[in-house]
Order: sequence, then structure tokens, then C-alpha cells
Amino acid sequence: MLHNLSIGALADLLATKKISSVELTRHFLARIEAFNPKLNALVTQTAELALQAAAAADSRRAAGEDSLLLGIPLIHKDIFCTDGVRTSCGSRMLDNFIAPYDATVVERLKAAGTVMLGKANMDEFAMGSSNETSYYGPVKNPWDTSKVPGGSSGGSAAATAARLTPVATGTDTGGSIRQPAALTGITGIKPTYGRVSRYGMIAFASSLDQAGVFARSAEDAAIVLQAMAGFDPKDSTSVDAPVPDYGAALDLPLAGLKIGLLKEFFEGLEGRNTALIEEALRVYRALGAKTVDVSLPHLPLSVPTYYVVAPAECSSNLSRFDGVRYGYRCEQPKDLMDLYQRSRGEGFGAEVKRRIMTGTYVLSAGYFDAYYLKAQKVRQLITDEFRSAFAKVDLLLGPTTPTPAFAIGAKIDDPVTMYLNDIYTIGANLAGLPGLSMPCGFIDGLPMGLQLIGPHFSEDRILGAAHRFQQQTDWHNCAPRGYDS
Amino acid sequence: MSDWEVVIGLEIHAQLATKSKIFSAAATAYGAAPNTQACLVDLAYPGVLPVLNAEAVRMAVKFGLSIGATVAPRSIFARKNYFYPDLPKGYQISQFEEPVVKRGSLAIVLDDGSVKRVGITRAHLEEDAGKSLHEGLANASGIDLNRAGTPLLEIVSEPDMRSAKEAVAYMKKVHTLVRYLEICDGNMQEGSFRCDANVSVRPRGREKFGTRAEIKNLNSFRFVEKAIQYEVARQIELLESGGTVVQETRLYDSDKHETRSMRSKEEANDYRYFPDPDLLPLEIDADFIEAVRATLPELPDEKAGRFAAQFGLSPYDAGVLSTSRELGAYFEALVGAAGAPQAKLAANWVMGELSSALNRDNLEITASRVSPLALAGLLARVVDSTISGKIAKDVFEQMWSGGSAADVIIAAKGLEQITDSGAIESVIDAVMAANPKQLADFRAGKDKLFDFFVGQVMKSTQGKANPAQLNELLKRKLGGSS
Repeated sequence: MLHNLSIGALADLLATKKISSVELTRHFLARIEAFNPKLNALVTQTAELALQAAAAADSRRAAGEDSLLLGIPLIHKDIFCTDGVRTSCGSRMLDNFIAPYDATVVERLKAAGTVMLGKANMDEFAMGSSNETSYYGPVKNPWDTSKVPGGSSGGSAAATAARLTPVATGTDTGGSIRQPAALTGITGIKPTYGRVSRYGMIAFASSLDQAGVFARSAEDAAIVLQAMAGFDPKDSTSVDAPVPDYGAALDLPLAGLKIGLLKEFFEGLEGRNTALIEEALRVYRALGAKTVDVSLPHLPLSVPTYYVVAPAECSSNLSRFDGVRYGYRCEQPKDLMDLYQRSRGEGFGAEVKRRIMTGTYVLSAGYFDAYYLKAQKVRQLITDEFRSAFAKVDLLLGPTTPTPAFAIGAKIDDPVTMYLNDIYTIGANLAGLPGLSMPCGFIDGLPMGLQLIGPHFSEDRILGAAHRFQQQTDWHNCAPRGYDS
Repeated sequence: MSDWEVVIGLEIHAQLATKSKIFSAAATAYGAAPNTQACLVDLAYPGVLPVLNAEAVRMAVKFGLSIGATVAPRSIFARKNYFYPDLPKGYQISQFEEPVVKRGSLAIVLDDGSVKRVGITRAHLEEDAGKSLHEGLANASGIDLNRAGTPLLEIVSEPDMRSAKEAVAYMKKVHTLVRYLEICDGNMQEGSFRCDANVSVRPRGREKFGTRAEIKNLNSFRFVEKAIQYEVARQIELLESGGTVVQETRLYDSDKHETRSMRSKEEANDYRYFPDPDLLPLEIDADFIEAVRATLPELPDEKAGRFAAQFGLSPYDAGVLSTSRELGAYFEALVGAAGAPQAKLAANWVMGELSSALNRDNLEITASRVSPLALAGLLARVVDSTISGKIAKDVFEQMWSGGSAADVIIAAKGLEQITDSGAIESVIDAVMAANPKQLADFRAGKDKLFDFFVGQVMKSTQGKANPAQLNELLKRKLGGSS
């Protein structure tokens, strides 16, 4: 079936004219039609635009152009501004917001010839780990619709896992690509901070946000990342360094690769989770990799550190949503203060408000040093410890999440428990490191993820290590029941 | 009544003369229709990001070098968070803890001619906000974001000034400097150059500063002087009647000439400053600094020093002639044409007749109706005694209004000075003959009548008699020794 094929296979079909992009697009649009009501993975469907883009891609191919992504459908997380298309960020605040421009990621993927099928549901302003904070309701996990798909890029993950799209974009501020990829049994990569432009990606925590990809294999992820990555003069924090050929790096041998096992990742890890990791390590050792034990003593402080830094930045980033120029405005404001208070009070959901208040608090006079400054110091310590670790090892390997997908509603009223779901992923964001999650087995019939973290700009090495693993295993080819045929 | 000492520090906001905004590509030109010069970045659309304008950095460095300050190798942009409709992001990007320019100074000349150095604590880059418009909108406020994101250099002085006059002298000095450097047009009506004044008083001799009030947004030299004078009087009166000054922000009402409380320290915002994660630290290396240094023009103090040394001008004249690059250039062109020995005469003419004509017609020096070369032509006739200084002023007025050369006017109107002693003597003789009574009185000891005879001779010659010769001849003739 078309929806189980890799980008490479689809590109072959397109190149040999066995199928047109319009046909391919119709196939996925039909799947969205059929399955989205059950999953709520997309908040906006752009069928008409998609068919136009597909027709344009077909003409480009007819004119002799040929590239892997030309005519390949995808879904963008609704955090990316898309010219002329509603960009809601999962919030009532932007429910009426039609973006007047394309994010750099969108623009680059458009230029590569991809066809946008629609916009993916997400936690409101990317704040959440379960996709339950969305104004548009929770996304359901295709493996078990009573379970969450993870978050904040839950819609992108669920749509990719359910084969409603070959690939999807996402963003990862504190695990928002890797955690949902793990919980839905797919591959997700968060690149190095600065590798992909943040321009046009609605900011949550600017020093942590990074755009990445959901795919069903490292190979597909590499193709999409290749098109997204690279310096953008519109983003001062994007890095002006050459982008390696990720495709070429996939087949590099792993012999002699030193894989670091973080003590802090395995302490207290549930036995079944440990067993899946052990099993994966057997595959890597067989490929010639060696394992080395390493420790990052301050890593356990990642979660509290993150929940100071990220809210601080978000409290400022979200100040622009004031009901004045765009977005939600309350009815009949009495005066300016009323306009601000009700527009923001009614436009934002509970989790967003919680984080704005936390962030405002930690930046306030008298608390700044004790919270914000201290968190920045810990962040630096964690970054330094990662750097020391990468002096000894090539990659770090560990779990992506402590548990498989949990039930919708199980943690939503207990933010601290919810935040702890990101315990293994947040460290890479604080240090700006690239990380990838890929499926490595099941617990209770639900997929589990294996995480690889590398030094800055080692996306090629990470993708290569993931690809080698996927050549030896079949976990990434497992589809949720009812979505593969 | 105690002896109070006034303490003043100024925060000057100079709008940098870049073509585009500090963090976006939108134009900065003044006076466009509302919101036509505000792009998505200025409007703070979701997802947009700031990119620092390198030209604004270059200008800040230029300023730093010209006041002998340290240019920080690394400075940080922070976010100053507060809600206001003309602040679209809900925060202003400004440098807070780590400014780009630190510790410089400028010299000002006091009334008694002595020179005082005013310390400049720092100068930092920041963006301006937009404007709220309240007029002509029934029951609503408008917002114009054209100004949002315009680059500003905030120049913060030490509390070194001791009077309103000193504050004005310092502000004028900064005004001169930023225009010299061509980093600010200095237009105060359009708000390109404005300041906040921190004012306090303390009993003379006490080291500890009194509590200060900050007067916001003063956009003319006169307002700065008036507002400080009012504020000083208010604080002294308050303290002398047993009250205390509260730390607060005040607004100056230029119609009523008074300051009014705007908000107290307690009501002040907590701006929650933190480094802007969208912008990397601003790093400036030695090469960049040297490249900027190479573009520095001759600075006002250097020019004044040179004028004094090269042309023998008084420090005051040299200072006045170097208040702008254009005025200095005019003066130098004039001296070039008239000859260095005539520098003092040239200075007097530029500061006298020329300046008043420019003021009267509200013209800039670059739009002078009399060119340096033409003025030199006039001065040459004064120097060679073709005309007197008094006649020269009339000729200048005709040059100003008619545009002809001095010689043309002098010849057409027959204004050449009479320097023929015989001719002057015969006029003197005629005057003496016509006024026997005055002659007798003078010879009887009424010395004051000498001026009467000068006047009569000048009247007869239409002012053309050479004054020095006339004096000499008249003395001889009236004394009876002919």
C-alpha cells in the first residue's frame, strides 16, 4: 500500500510515472478523511491547496525536474506559519489567525516540492506532553485511542504513525518531537539548536525551540531534514555552518562507535524498559559499537531547570498576544486593561496561563536571582557535563520516556507528574544537542522509544546510527492495527 | 534659607540615522502615513524574529569612540517587559546590564569660561516604541507603529551637572557631537533628540545625593532649562517647608511651565529584564573598532582647538564656529578666500551679520544666500579701506537680498570710501564754516562737540569718509592748527 512506502519508494513511483503526485495526494487526503475524525490529528485540512501543489509538482516533474521530495505529501505542525492558511498554535488565541507569510521551514519544504495536506493538532503553544492542552481537543494515539499520543507535537506524530502522511514537521522544546515519536512508534529527530531556522515558528521558549521531523524511518527523516536545515539570515540564532549530506551518512559503518550509557538514564528505569534498551544494545554491539558508562551528575536537575527557563521565556514571548493587532479579542472591552485581561484570560488555556504566571514570577524583582539566574547556571553545568561526556563517547543512548503512552486524562490535573514524562528528553534541549527517538519494542502492546543524543551538529552520525539499527530490526515497520492495510 | 546644591544627570535619546529599523528592514523615514512603515517584525506577528542592524552598531561605536569611552567587546540585548498598545511585542529590546558603550566623557564650557568634564556612564542601543493617537478618534485610540523599532542610542550621563545651564550646555554638546558624527539628525521637533532629566538637590557640602525626580521626554533646550529650574525650585521649597522629595517620574507641561507627578517609585513597573534569547550577544572585535575609528570626522573640540591655534581666535569664537561641521566648513572656506590674517574679521562676520541674516530668514548655513567666496569679496573691500565697516553692513544686506557681488554694489552705488585727505579736508572746512557757534564752543572747551563734527562730515559724505583719516584731520583742524 502507498501509505506504507518510504519517501524513496514513493519518489521512484513518481519519477517513473507509475503514479502522479495528485494521485498520491488524493490517497492521503482520503485516509485523513477516513481516520482523522477518530484521531483528531489535524486541525486544518488543506485539500484544495494540496491538490494544486500536487499538480504543480507533477508539472515540475513533467518538465524534467527530479528530486526526492518533489510531490511528496506532508503535514505541518500548526506552530509553523503558513501563508494564507490558519495557523492556530492549538490555541483559541489564534483560532482566527491566518498567517500572512510562510515560516522558513515551510518555505524550504515548499520549494523542495512537498505538498501540504493540512496542519497538525498540538498542545496549546506547544505547552504540554500529551496533546491534551489543545483548544481543539486531545489527539488520540492510533495504537490505542484511549491513550495520549504524547506532546506537544501529538498531531504530527499520530498522523505519521497512522499513515495519514509519509512525514510531518514538529518542534521540540523539551521533548516535543522525541516523546510523541516514542509513544506512537515512529522516528523523530530534534536537530541541534540553530540547525533549522525558527523564523515563522511561533515561539514558546526561544532558547530551546527547535524544528524537526517525524517519519517512519531515519532514512525518510534524513531526506526531510536535509531540505529544512541550514542558515537563515532571518533567524540570528540559526548557525551558518554547512549542512552535511545526511543521505550519504546513513550507511557509514558503526564499527568502533562508542555509545555512552548514562547512569542517570538507567537509575530507577522500569525493568521492561531496561530490557528493551539492552536488546537494542545487543544489536549495536553486533554492528561493532562499544558501550561506555558515563555520568552527568546534574542531569536530574533538567526538569526543574527547564520549568524555570521555558516559562520565563514563554511569559515574555506570549505578551504579543494582547488582543490589539490580531488573534482573539474579547467582546466589548471597557478599557485597555479590560481588553488585555479578558482577551488573554479567555484566549489562553489553563496550562499556558500556568506557565506565563510561573515565568512572570521567576523573572520578577527579588526572585530573578534565585530562580532564573540559578537555572541558567545549572543549564550551563548540564551543557558542560554533556560536553565532557562527548569527549569520551560518540553518542549517548537511553530511553526516550519512562513509560509507554498513558491514558487520556490520567495526568492532566497533575502538572508535576506530567512534566516528569520529559525527564529523559529535556537535557538535550537545555544543552542544544540533537536527539532522535525511534521505536525499539513494546510494553503492554504500546510502542516504546529508544533515544540517541549526539554532540552539536552530529545529526549525520545520529541518523546513520538509527538507520543501521533499523536495517537490523523491524520495530519501525510495525503499524498500529487498522492503519497499515 | 540654606545653601542648596543642584545635582542633574541626563538620559539623552538620540534616534540613529539608519535607513532601516534596528531589528527589521522597514524604513525609518519620518512623517509617513500611519502604519505604512511597519513590517511583520515591527507589528510583532507570531513567529517573526529580530535581526540586528549592523549600521546601528557602527553608529553606536562611532559615538563611543568620540567620547573616549570603552566599546564593549561583548554586549547583551535584553527584554524590558511591559504591556502597552504602542509596544507590540509586549517588551522593548534594549541593552540593560551590558551596554555597548561604557565610561566616556565630554567637556563643556561654563559661563566663567572654565571647562568642565561631564562623565558619560554608558550609551546603549535600543528600539523605540510606536505612538498612540488620541486626537480625532471618537471614543477610541489609534496606534501608529511607524516609529516602533526605530533605533535609539540612549546616552546616560553621570550626575555631574550642577545647574540647568550646565545641563543645557551638556545637551547641546551631545547634540553637536551626534550631528558631527552624522549618526542623528538632531531634529528635536520630530523627537529625534530628546532627554529625561534626573534632578535632585542637597545642602551644599553634603556628599549624599538627595532624592531625585525624573522628568520625562524633554524635547527642546529651552524646556530642559525651564523644567529643571521649576523642579529645583519645587524641591527646595518642599524641603525648606519641612517636606520630603519622593522618588518619582514627572512630566513637564510646557504650557504651564511646571512639572507634574506621573508615577511614584511604588507604582513603577517591574520590567523583568532578561537576555533576549532571539539575539546573540553583540560581539565587536578590535578590527571593527579600528575601521570605525578611521571614519571619525574631526570632532567639535578638535576643530575648536585647531581654529584657536591656527587662526588666533578666542576659545569662545572657536567654540561657536565649530558647533556644526557645516558652520566650520563655511568659516574655513571664507578664511581660505579672505586670507588667514583676516580670520578674526571673518569670524566676526560669520557670527555677526551672517548668523543674524540666517536666523532672520530661518536658513541653515548650507543655504546661505551669500557664499563664502562672495563674503570674502566684501571683506577684501573693508580690508583695503574701499568701504568702511558700517557701509560694508549695508552692502552685505544688498548682497543677501540681491545676490550681486560686493564690488558691483559698491561701484553701482558709489560707495567707495573717501580716502583723499584733500577731499576730506575741504568737507571739514565747509562744515566748520557753516557751524561757527559750535566751533567756538568746542575751542572754549566743550570736547563733546567733536562727535558733532564727525557726524556732520559723515552726513555730507554719505558716510564714505575714511573714519580714521577723518578723526586725524578733524583733530588737527578743530585745534586750529591748519
